[in-house]
Amino acid sequence: MLKVTIGQYYHADSFIHKLDARMKLLCTIIFITVLFFVGNFLGYALAALYLAIVIKISKVPPRFLFRGLRAIFFIIIFTTFLNIFFTQVGNVVLEIGFIRITDVGLVNAARMGTRLVMLIIGSSILTLTTTPIQLTDAIEFGLKPFKKIGVPAHEIAMMMTIALRFIPTLVEEMDKIMKAQMARGADFDTGGIIKKARSLVPLLVPLFISSFRRADDLALAMEARCYRGDIGRTRMKQMKLKTRDFQALGFLALFIAFVVALEYLANIWGIW
Amino acid sequence: MSIKIENLTHIYSKGSPFEKKALDNVNITIEKGEFIGLIGHTGSGKSTLIQHLNVLLRPETGSIIIDGENIGADKSRLKAIRSKVGLVFQYPEHQLFEMTIFKDVAFGPSNMGISAEETKKRVEDALEIVGISPDIYEKSPFELSGGQKRRVAIAGVLAMKPEVLVLDEPTAGLDPRGRDEILGRIKDMHEKLNLTVILVSHSMEDIARLVDRIFVINHGKIALSGKPAEIFAQIEALEEIGLASTQTAYVAKSLQEAGFMLPDGIYTPEHIVEEILKEVNKC
Repeated sequence: MLKVTIGQYYHADSFIHKLDARMKLLCTIIFITVLFFVGNFLGYALAALYLAIVIKISKVPPRFLFRGLRAIFFIIIFTTFLNIFFTQVGNVVLEIGFIRITDVGLVNAARMGTRLVMLIIGSSILTLTTTPIQLTDAIEFGLKPFKKIGVPAHEIAMMMTIALRFIPTLVEEMDKIMKAQMARGADFDTGGIIKKARSLVPLLVPLFISSFRRADDLALAMEARCYRGDIGRTRMKQMKLKTRDFQALGFLALFIAFVVALEYLANIWGIW
Repeated sequence: MSIKIENLTHIYSKGSPFEKKALDNVNITIEKGEFIGLIGHTGSGKSTLIQHLNVLLRPETGSIIIDGENIGADKSRLKAIRSKVGLVFQYPEHQLFEMTIFKDVAFGPSNMGISAEETKKRVEDALEIVGISPDIYEKSPFELSGGQKRRVAIAGVLAMKPEVLVLDEPTAGLDPRGRDEILGRIKDMHEKLNLTVILVSHSMEDIARLVDRIFVINHGKIALSGKPAEIFAQIEALEEIGLASTQTAYVAKSLQEAGFMLPDGIYTPEHIVEEILKEVNKC
């Protein structure tokens, strides 16, 4: 009776949702790379506009995107502070004791903070509009070229798929074991950290044992159905690039063109 | 020690699209020392019902009164209620975790804050009732056979000295010998410890052999209730729910239809043998 949402997929019927997962993954990687090449604030404004348009098309309510930001809020604050306090070059803006804040530091901090926020929002759009399984398929495809140097692309993807498949099962199992131990008077809610950690033993040991049992069963069932890795393996759902995928790529290319042009102009005009 | 369930309704995921009414206005009264059978197929609401009995689920609508106490009303009484109503889940051996059998059975009583001495005594008593001999107390529970593991797990609940023992499908997945062993032990406990036992099962044969009274649950409602003879006579009603009567009841019915003078209300093999012999001896 438990409903578990894996990852953060937000179901909607939009252009972005329908895109091929491989294309979405590729576009996200390109977008993130571009973010790190952008040096001036007009470029960031452009990137923000691009993100805003993509969000609008994806029909994902913006609050879902900010939810992802909340989780890494501290990392953003931390990097911003590092940049402010440890950049020693440039004109000094403020100096108290050993703390010296420079204009370059402030600019770097703002740059880094903006980059991180956009990076998170950009990748959130990918995970919000792509189911974990589609994403795994895309990753498998992306890792294919590395197979030559011994990266087990198919195996990694299969492992991820199985892990995703078993999350709800394990949650259900955990709920059951938790109830069984609670029926024996176990208490998971009160006490200090050590007591709480100890109270997890009656939960984790049975959970581990049942995971191993499930893994054994699954391995046997896969072998019984002649699973032998990716040699000669075909897919039930073939991934096919459609017109819309190239439209998306075209839109990204347009964005990059604008960014490069801006960067060039900014250099000439001497803006940050 | 009576259990009174009044107007109990339970809805899962209330207010969400997955809303499901698992229990619908259930009313049950169980007297002290009764042996109750609870029948219903998967998803009928039996698991939800028994989880209410020791407040793993709190009654949202309706109430459960055990010994005059409304359980679920006072959070500080949770542990006391859970030791009073022992709940053995399906496949209880999956909850074993300790290094030794002894320690695992002691988990319940030590959670209750019972002294080491008393705990030791309780563990030994509980293991004796389920038929685990003292020379393997220090073995790992994971070395045991399936049936033994299950008996150790049941002992883990018994060691809390419950007054009511609720067992969810205690024979699921066991071979016939393991099943007979477990059911025999449960019968012993009921008689020797004067426990109130609630047995949840799919197996009509198991239920027929043991219980005083039966509740049949369907779509969250009590569909039928009464003595085994009354319930097992209602073959059509049981089949309508997707259950069946005992095999013996079917044999008795066929014999009656074929013209043999058998009385109504036969549902155990022992009983039918006795009646057939009577018939045969008359000739």
